[in-house]
Order: sequence, then structure tokens, then C-alpha cells
Amino acid sequence: MATINPNKDFTLARNPTGQLQFTDSDGIVFDNVYLVRAFPISAPDEGLSIISKEGHELAWISNLVDMPIQLKELIEAELAQREFMPEILRINQVSSFATPSMWDVWTNKGSTQLILKAEDQIWRLKNNRILITDKNGVNFMINNIEQLDKHSRKLLDRFL
Amino acid sequence: MNSKILHLTPSSRLLPNFWQSIVQSHLENAEELKAWLEINLDEQLHFTEHLLLITNRRLVYFCPDKTHADIPNVSVYEYAYQPDLKLLQHDHAGVYRLELFEHNLRIASWCYTLTSDTSSARFIKQFEQQCTSFITGKPVPAEATEPCPKCRYPLTAEQDECPQCSSEIDTPPSTWTLFRLWRFAKPYQWQLLAGFLLMLASTAATLVPPYLTIPLMDKVLIPYQNGVPIDTDLVALLLGGLLGSALLAWSLGWSKTYILALVSERIGADLRTITYDHLLKLSLEYFGGKRTGDLMARIGSESDRICVFLSLHLLDFATDVLMIIMTAAILVSINPELALVTLLPLPFIAWMIHIVRDKLRTGFEKIDRVWSEVSNVLADTIPGIRVVKAFAQEARESSRFREANQHNLAVNDRINKIWSLFSPSVTLLTEIGLLLVWAFGIWQISKDEISVGILTAFLAYISRFYTRLDSMSRIVSVTQKAASGAKRIFDILDHVSSVPEPSNPVHLDKVSGKIEIRSAGFRYGNRTVIKDLNLTIEPGEMIGLVGHSGSGKSTLVNLMCRFYDVSTGSISLDGVNIRSLPISEYRRNIGLVLQEPFLFFGSIAENIAYGKPDATRAEIIAAARAAHAHEFILRLPHGYDSLVGERGHGLSGGERQRISIARALLIDPRILILDEATASVDTETEKEIQKALDNLVHGRTTIAIAHRLSTLHKANRLVVMDQGQIVEIGNHDELMASEGAYYRLYQAQARNVDTDLDDVISNETIANKEASA
Ligand SMILES: Nc1ncnc2c1ncn2[C@@H]1O[C@H](COP(=O)(O)OP(=O)(O)OP(=O)(O)O)[C@@H](O)[C@H]1O
Ligand SMILES: [Mg+2]
Repeated sequence: MATINPNKDFTLARNPTGQLQFTDSDGIVFDNVYLVRAFPISAPDEGLSIISKEGHELAWISNLVDMPIQLKELIEAELAQREFMPEILRINQVSSFATPSMWDVWTNKGSTQLILKAEDQIWRLKNNRILITDKNGVNFMINNIEQLDKHSRKLLDRFL
Repeated sequence: MNSKILHLTPSSRLLPNFWQSIVQSHLENAEELKAWLEINLDEQLHFTEHLLLITNRRLVYFCPDKTHADIPNVSVYEYAYQPDLKLLQHDHAGVYRLELFEHNLRIASWCYTLTSDTSSARFIKQFEQQCTSFITGKPVPAEATEPCPKCRYPLTAEQDECPQCSSEIDTPPSTWTLFRLWRFAKPYQWQLLAGFLLMLASTAATLVPPYLTIPLMDKVLIPYQNGVPIDTDLVALLLGGLLGSALLAWSLGWSKTYILALVSERIGADLRTITYDHLLKLSLEYFGGKRTGDLMARIGSESDRICVFLSLHLLDFATDVLMIIMTAAILVSINPELALVTLLPLPFIAWMIHIVRDKLRTGFEKIDRVWSEVSNVLADTIPGIRVVKAFAQEARESSRFREANQHNLAVNDRINKIWSLFSPSVTLLTEIGLLLVWAFGIWQISKDEISVGILTAFLAYISRFYTRLDSMSRIVSVTQKAASGAKRIFDILDHVSSVPEPSNPVHLDKVSGKIEIRSAGFRYGNRTVIKDLNLTIEPGEMIGLVGHSGSGKSTLVNLMCRFYDVSTGSISLDGVNIRSLPISEYRRNIGLVLQEPFLFFGSIAENIAYGKPDATRAEIIAAARAAHAHEFILRLPHGYDSLVGERGHGLSGGERQRISIARALLIDPRILILDEATASVDTETEKEIQKALDNLVHGRTTIAIAHRLSTLHKANRLVVMDQGQIVEIGNHDELMASEGAYYRLYQAQARNVDTDLDDVISNETIANKEASA
């Protein structure tokens, strides 16, 4: 799909129920649309798709940076509401080095606990990044192992 | 205000202490708490602790202000029940969101993640019931409680997950894993006892020779140096004793090693088969999350490592410990002071072993993981070799393997750094120990406290056991290795199948084939795939399941086969919940043809008879004929005896498909499930198979999934699925008349026979646009 010029090709707004409302170039209105990033982990700002509630793509935004400021703010607010991938800043404590193990962590979203079901729920990504999926399906991210403090790194190392 | 209202029904969960007083002070008189939900995320998705309550009058939201930590300042929002109040829930990537609507206007929304015992589906149900009851004034209908399918623990209305089962899963395996191997050793306890006694005896026998050196030195050699002639009788007796004890030690040692090796080999074999049996019983969910190479490594090499540990290292270690104890006893009985000096370095060495043990354990666990990594690369690449070659990615795969190996090397290098320091240090301590004994011994001799013979005996004893200490120290690493291996095996054994066998199985004598699906819901991990699905299939009815790719057709079939269990709702066969039927008995009633046919290594006949190994040749041929496989099988060089490979190499996709159809037909099932059974055959063959199927379908409950709608002309009813829900049910004519989703699918295919259903979707969108423009 070619890059879309938002003001001409579509409009995005909030309807009274708080849902996103998409209007395409022909004036057809789609309620309750949602936004998804194509590469939420490897390239969050590149490639964003507007999906109808039936699951079909309505528009493709190849780069968020090029968007008009108002639209960008709306999109970012919406994504902040939808996306939930706390970044682990510190691992305070783990209940055991054998899985399942309960971790006490500080994240950029506050402190919480997660349950690691098995070691293979820890994914090593490129550039020292790590993705941890907890028992309930919440994804936690570690942006750079090297930047973790020594204590956290030591604990984490036992699982890698 | 009374506090009784804070307790729900006796068996349900209690409100956390923190909330008790806050909630109490906000409830009105005679207001009853019905359900609660911890809301652990705020609007910005930061972790917090909020609470949502359902009472018999309203919905209350408590939101403590954290800025004044000492005075909990709680904001309370309340929503009294009224018509038009609606609570909706949806989830995305592990975050659940509850939205409260009033006249279709969203007035509030809350986010939370699942914690161990939240269950929002029930919460919403409670809300609806309380709300309705408040408005209509009718009491809430009593709810039937279902026991936990796993352990039969009675579950209350708001529990989705059994607290007993889930807490079991959350506790990590204990560190004393190796002792759990006793379960496997128990059947051999008598052999083990015999082996142990032999070990005692043989160790004792090896300790005789140094003892005989005392009289040899003191009564023969030293008197001779002082001019006394040698007493040949005594010498012969002593030398005879030396030879005798050596021979005794040899034969006892031989039988001990033999018996114990035999036993440990058997323990290893049992461990392997039991683990494999258990693995086979686990649900598809488990296999979905595990990699083949890892599982292979666990069952294959880890169990072997444990076996070697038991038969070799543990045996040696036990012998050594026995020897040390016996030697210590002998030494003390000869001369306590010298014995004390001799044994002095022992605690040091023990301490050192302890230190290194901790460092090595993590390392060895790591090596295991890296090792599975290596086998994972193999298990990934070898089955996918065609893809690798087709895209000319040999170099990349090779570098992936090299990388895994490199990782292995790096981890090993780190461990070896500690490890290589360890052995020389033990040797050094040994030498220092010997030095101590020499010095103290000479001093004692000079004071005439001991004889030369005693010193030689001491030196003979300790040089033995110090050398053993060196090899004993190796037990540290091998124990750690075996323990981590055992842990990984017990990880499999401890895994409770998410599709458990019923504890009170119900047996169905004659299955008529009526299937009822009641408000079934299912998710893969955090992804909801089936939502509130209801369907009743009459005995002998043929259902055609259609819908675009990814709409959940195969998933529904997986649920019907009980490869997975529904997360909510139920599926029953002839009125009996399939969870209470013994799994293999239930599946015997199902003939399944999968989207991706899999053939095992073996002959074609064996593959067809897979579900019924005692089938006669005539039966096999009849099934093959029915599946229109007979002719092509006869064209193969060895007919029905032709070998087909692991992934059915040497057969085309359509041929494999037909063999798997024959396999399903042979067991003469009451229920036939065809998941794209004719997807990979040409139109001609498909027509033939179709004819065969049409006869076979007769009288059986059949669920057929097909993209090509024309293949479903025999279906009594067509079920159209979209996004995990049924959107339409009816026969061809009805659905065509209603001009709904099916009509559009059909039109698209009629226009272009080759159209895939995926294309239909875009057509659909276009149609929408055309309509509204
Ligand atoms: N093991 C799995 N883990 C996670 N998600 C899965 C798994 N299997 C299937 N899914 C997802 O569930 C949804 C339904 O899949 P399903 O296989 O039931 O589709 P289908 O209707 O059979 O499609 P098709 O016609 O292509 O076979 C898809 O979105 C798929 O991505
Ligand atoms: Mg499918």
C-alpha cells in the first residue's frame, strides 16, 4: 500500500463512546477501529496499521514521524492505552532459580511481580534485548542487559 | 454496620486485609458484597492497586491516592444499577479492559492483567445477574457449581481456575531433586541392599593390606635390621594375608559393581520410558511450547547421564565415603593423636568443595541449556532441509550451528576456569597433609610413642584416601550435572497435562454421536481464538464448517478432539461432558484427517493401520479403496509394503492425504472429522474421494472443513465461522437466500473457481464500500 496522506485520505477521531472512528477518503465511517504496530519490538515507529473491528486493514502508516502533530498525538495516546510491555529496570528478587519462579521487579510502570513458567519464556532478541512472557501472557522487556545493575544481571543470568 | 457482609459464600475468596476496613466503611447498611476484582493498572497502565466491587446495589470502584502514604485517601466512584448499564470486557496482549457503558456511552474503563486468581468472565456474569436482579427485584438464580476438572475440588462461581491445581503448578521443584529418583529405585531395593552390603565388605577387604604392614615392619623388617633373623613362617602368613585380602577385595568389588551397574541401568531405562509415556500424555499445548531438540535431549542424554552418575560416580563416591569412615576408625584405634593430625586437612577440603560446588552448579545448568540449543538447531534444520536448500541458506544454518557451538564453548570456558583450579588445589592440600603426618610421625617416633610400622601404616592409609579425595571432589560436578538433568526430567514428569484424565471416568457403551458445544471459549496463551460458541450436532449429521483462514475452524476441531480443553463452557458427547470420558476411549470414536497429513516411518499398510494395529489385510485394502488410495499404492514398487519416510518422503501431498483418509476410515469411527481433507488433491481425485466420503459419511456424525464450498454439498447444515464465532448456520439454500456471509463467499467462488476465501474478504470490503457509496 502506498503511503497515505492522512488529511486527504482519511480522518481519525474519537467518537462519543471513546472508541476510535475512522473515515476513509470516500466518507465511509468505521467505528471502533484499532491500531497495531507492525514491528512492535524491532521497529516500533515504522509501520502502523489501522485495522477495522472485523480485522481488515483500512490504512497503512509507514512512519509515524511524518504524521501531522494532532493525529500523531491521538495515535500515540491510543497506542499507550493499548500497548502494554513494561520495561524491567531492576530484578529485586526471584523466588527460585528453578521454574516456575516468581520475580519481584521494578518496571517503568511501577513495581510488580511476574511468574516465569519456564526458561524458554525468555527470548533473547538482538542487541542484548530480552523479552519475557509471564504466566498470564504479559510481555516484559529488558532493553539492554548490559545496562541492568549487577544484582539484576546476576539473577537473570541464572535463567539464560 | 456489620462485618458479616464482607464475607462472600464460605468457600469463596476473601477480600485482602488491606481492603477490608476501607470497603466496610463505604458499604451501606444491608448492602452485600457479591464479587470483587483487583484492578492492578491505572489509566496510563502503571501498576497500582485498585479495587472494583459488585454489591447487590451498585458497582463501586476504590482508588486509593498513593501520594499520602500514611493517610490512605481513597477516592470512591460508584455506579448504581439501572437499565442500560452494560459491562464489556476485551483483552489484548495480556491486558484486560473492562468498559462500563451507559446508553452506549462509555462512562468508565478499567485495566488489569490477570493475576493468579482473577477471573473476569465470572465477574461480568455476576454484574449482569446482580444488575438484572436489582432492577427486576427477582433474586439471582442459584448457580450450579462445577468441580475442578483436574482434582474435583469444588469451585465457586467466580473461580475459573482451581486454587489447588494452580498453586501446585506455581511451586518450583525442590532442590533435592536427585532424591526423587528413589521412586525409580524402589523396585530394585533388594538388589540395592545386596550391592550395598557387598560394597561394605569389599571396602573393608581393601583396608586389610595396610594394616598388615604394621607387623611386617615392626616384627620382621626392623628386628632384622637390628640383627634378628627373619621369621619365614610369619612372613608367609602376612604375605598370604595380603594376597588373600587382595583376592577377596577383587571378587567382592567385581560382584558389587556388576549388581549395582545392572540396577542403575534398569533405573535409567525405567526413567526414560516413564518420562516418554508421560510426555505422550501431555496435551498439544505442552508440545506447542517446547522444541523438539530440547525434549529429545532431556529424554535421551539426560537420562543417560543420570544412569552413568548412579552406576559410576555415585557408586565410587559411596565406596570412598565408606573407606574414609573405616580408615578413620582404624587410624583412631591405632593412635588417636596421629589420627587427628592426619584427618586435619579433611574439613578444609570439604569446605573448598562446598565453595566450588555453588559456582559450578549454575555453570552446569547453563551448559545443559546451551546443549539443548545445539540440538534444537539440528531439530529445526533437518526436518526443514528442503526449505533450507530451496532458499540456498546452508551457510546461514551452518553459522547458526556454529554460533550455538560457540556459545557452548564460551560457557564451558568459564566453568573450566574454576574447575581447572580445583583439582590442583586438592592435590596441593593432599601434599601438605602428607607433610604434616610425616612431621608429626617423626616427632612421635623420636619420643617413642609410636613404632615405625605404625607411621608406615598411616602413610599407606592416607595416601590412599587422599588420592580418593581428589576423585571424590569430582562428585561435586557430576552430582550437579546429574541433579540438573534430573530436574529437567522431573520438569516433564511434574507437568500436569492440561487435558487431564478424569478421576471418575464415565464410560459410554454405545456412542450415537451427538455433540453439544455450550458457550465454549478458548485462547492460545493470551490470544482469544474462540468466543462464546454454541453448536449442537445431531447424531449422523454432517456439518460443513466454512470461514476464512484463521477464523478458528481447526481450533474448534482441536477442542472437539480434546487436544486442548476449552477455557470456558463445555463440549459434550451424547450428553456427557467430554472431560469426564477417558481420553483414549473418547478419541477412539473419532476419525481425524488433518490439514497436514503425517506419516510415520514404516510401510504404507502399517501407516493405514495405525489406529487399529490388528486390522486384517482385507480391512486395510478396503479402507484404501474407499479413500481412493488403492490404485496409486499398487503402482508403488512394493505395493502396500512400500516404506514411507519420516515425513512421507516419496509420496506426493495428495497421496499422503489419501493415506491419512484411509487411516481415519479404518477405525470405523462414529465421528468423522475432516480438516481440509481434500485440500491437496486435484479436482479429479477430489471428486473421487468425495464420492467415497459421501458413502462413508452416511450414518456418522461428520464435521468437514473445506475452503472449496462445492465439496460440502452433502452437508446437512453449514456453519459459517468468523473470528472465532459462528455467524451463520443453515443449509446451502437458506444461506443463499439470506444473502449473508455465506452468500458472498459462494458468489466469489462461483465467479472464480480458484478464488481463495481470503480474496473474498477484500471483495467483501469492496462490496461494503460499493453498497454504502
Ligand atoms: N498453537 C497456536 N498458538 C497460538 N495461536 C494459534 C495456534 N494455532 C492457531 N492459532 C491462531 O488461532 C487462529 C485460528 O486458527 P485455526 O487454525 O483454527 O484457523 P482455521 O480456521 O483452521 O484456518 P485455515 O482455514 O487456514 O486452516 C489463527 O489466528 C491462528 O493464528
Ligand atoms: Mg485449519
